[in-house]
Amino acid sequence: MFGYYIDLATRSLRRNKALTALMVLAIALGIGASMTTLTVLHVLSGDPLPGRSGTLYYPQIDPRDGQGYLPGKTEPMDQVTWIDGMNLLQAKRADRQALMTGGTVAIQPDNSTLDPFYEDARYTTADFFPMFGVPFRYGHAWNAADDEAHARVAVIDGPLNDKLFGGGDSTGRTLRLSGVAFRIVGVVGDWNPNPHFYDLNRKSYGEDEGVYVPLSTSQDVGMNHDGGMDCWGNGGGGNTPAHNAPCVWLQFWVQLDSPARAAAYRQFLVSYSEQQKALGRFQRPPNVRLRNVMQWLDYNQVVPDDVRLQTGLAFGFLLVCLVNMVGLMLAKFMRRAGELGVRRALGASKKALFAQLLVESGVVGLVGGVGGLLLALAGLWLVRRQPASYAALANIDPEMLFATFVLALGASLLAGLLPAWRACQVTPALQLKSN
Amino acid sequence: MQIKPILAALRRHRLATLLIAVEIALACAVLCNACFLVARRWTMIQINSGVDESSLAVLTVNGFDPKLSADVNARMLTGLRAIPGVQSATLISEVPFGPQTGAAGVTHEPGDFKNLIGVVDFVLAGPGTFKALGLKLVEGRLPQPDDYRPATSFLPDYAQVLVTRQWAEHAWPGENPLGKSFWCDKMHFRVMGVVDHYARAQPGQYDLGQGEWTVFTPVVPGGSLSGTYLLRARPQDVQRVLQAARAAVQKIAPDVVLDQDNSKTLNDLRANYFKSDRIMIGLLLGVVVLMLGVTALGIVGLTSFWVAQRRKQIGIRRAIGATRGDILRYFQTENFLIVTFGIALGMLLAFGLNAVLMRFYELPHLPLPYLPVGALALWGLGQLAVLGPALRAAAVPPVVATRSV
Repeated sequence: MFGYYIDLATRSLRRNKALTALMVLAIALGIGASMTTLTVLHVLSGDPLPGRSGTLYYPQIDPRDGQGYLPGKTEPMDQVTWIDGMNLLQAKRADRQALMTGGTVAIQPDNSTLDPFYEDARYTTADFFPMFGVPFRYGHAWNAADDEAHARVAVIDGPLNDKLFGGGDSTGRTLRLSGVAFRIVGVVGDWNPNPHFYDLNRKSYGEDEGVYVPLSTSQDVGMNHDGGMDCWGNGGGGNTPAHNAPCVWLQFWVQLDSPARAAAYRQFLVSYSEQQKALGRFQRPPNVRLRNVMQWLDYNQVVPDDVRLQTGLAFGFLLVCLVNMVGLMLAKFMRRAGELGVRRALGASKKALFAQLLVESGVVGLVGGVGGLLLALAGLWLVRRQPASYAALANIDPEMLFATFVLALGASLLAGLLPAWRACQVTPALQLKSN
Repeated sequence: MQIKPILAALRRHRLATLLIAVEIALACAVLCNACFLVARRWTMIQINSGVDESSLAVLTVNGFDPKLSADVNARMLTGLRAIPGVQSATLISEVPFGPQTGAAGVTHEPGDFKNLIGVVDFVLAGPGTFKALGLKLVEGRLPQPDDYRPATSFLPDYAQVLVTRQWAEHAWPGENPLGKSFWCDKMHFRVMGVVDHYARAQPGQYDLGQGEWTVFTPVVPGGSLSGTYLLRARPQDVQRVLQAARAAVQKIAPDVVLDQDNSKTLNDLRANYFKSDRIMIGLLLGVVVLMLGVTALGIVGLTSFWVAQRRKQIGIRRAIGATRGDILRYFQTENFLIVTFGIALGMLLAFGLNAVLMRFYELPHLPLPYLPVGALALWGLGQLAVLGPALRAAAVPPVVATRSV
């Protein structure tokens, strides 16, 4: 029966080409626009570290003075101070923990054909690499002993390795960073988490840090800090604050392998805050948060406003297209009242007519879905040419491909429901008589 | 034209009528809000920066020891001024549409954080920068040599500054701003002059009326005023001069690193800064046009169906004396009634949508003038869409009445 309905549908659709084309075009435009924006939204709100992000947490504490504190309302700070970061790091209460911040270093290549240039850098403790699952093309990460020893070692990423060393194994070679010689111990493989979840103070997307050096060493050498910094009280100025200044400028991440460990860690943050308050360093009551990666991204609303606005707009457009399709379907089905009357008179049940008409709108939806997919591919190509930092990420994945057809089919069936029901109400006798 | 028979006919086609009305309502809601968003962005990208954009370029270097900043400045300025075509090379901390370096909340009283007047951009500028920018002074005086103060942290402890008219009107509404004081924590500033327009570095990040909250602060070169240089040349030379300057940096000061991204002409900076807004405007307009197109085609489709359905009735009306004009006007009036119903619904929806947008974005209320304009557009669209089918209806010959089918 289904095959027969499909056959009937294609015949009927072919009979009135202009109307069919109009419906297909409307649904294709609606689907194309919605899928383009939805894909961008999907990519931007994706999980930067699938499989790992659930066990990675970002502890937040509140070391500020009492001014402006509203119990239960004030969110703790988005970063930590040097003292708190070091205390939490050395407490070692998590399965893994890393204290880090961003900066920019000047690279003076030995190769005289290259001018000195700037590269974004990350100053971090050793757990960064195993905790975030950073893959290595050559060599390995530094270890905790190197952190302790303030070792002058560096890890670089693939593109920088290509630029400086032609892509060869550069481990063991020397790299001059801000005038100081570092030994390269590792080259990072293909690793580019988007959003750049572990430090959202710089670009949220498309951020690529080329150099990683131990946090302790970066402070010895006086490498400059670059990123968000928030001071209170009579906090100092400057880009790189003194270690005892009341300023937050470091990010602290922990890995907690089970929910029980996470609960325990939260408790530890509360008792740490109480202890600091007793010592007089903190003035507020314990105000802590422990968000995992996705909660942290959600809290920071990393998805740009424009992208959400575009998605809303596209769905508004799809809605207009659907209402339009309902109207056209209604016209189309009602015009066939005579034919439907004959089928009814020959014994087809209302249910059978209903199914036949829904199959017809489904066929329109599928054809519209194919058109919509083509339009979405064209739309994404346009998005990739935009200057936005996330532009290069806008690619359709199998998940979204599937979603396109589900959306097209679902939308067209929904649009077909009302007209089909209306058309099934024909009185066969009346229709036969008038013909 | 009698409306009663039309209403009676519409009552028999309630579903189809409702569908067109809903489509018009949705289109009306999206149209009004999209146009509102477009208008706001358009106003923003038209911001008057107050400076001679086409004659200016900025060159940024860094990577030098902050202790050597005075020395680097001296070498850079001498070197840049020697480049042929450079009319002036001066020091500045930030330029419109470049990176923001110094925004801070300011108050009427020292350290009174609770009563913030607003967040302003402090632009630190060395001698000659005011003239190089081409700012227009409307009141007060220009900085004299002894107005340039050393910046101890980022800002000097005390300085006489120039503010924009927009800021002056916000901070001291209805008063003469000259001589007025304001504070950034314990740092004290006194207004010595008012400039016509001067955009802050990142005007897009602030409300529409705050894009020019800029404070021009004369500062002795060195410290936080180093590394960013403003080049002025004749408009036709700017691009060439900037290229020459970029190439010369390595020779002038081998110990610094040129910041490629932030060494551009102001025209390029501006174009770059508003690029995504331009795209968004294009996108919004594109969707609006498509949506109106789809709506019009929907009306054409449904009216054509009605005309086909009523061929016989039209024929009868024609046979008993209705003119072509009567039939044409019948369909036009019918469309007008449906669209009016849709617009009434759409205005409610438009305000609903605006309320939703206001919850998620920093947007004011939808101004009322958008509604009549949107209504006019949709009435026009409806009449245009119905014209084809209505003409076809008017062309139905009276003889149809005598034929069956």
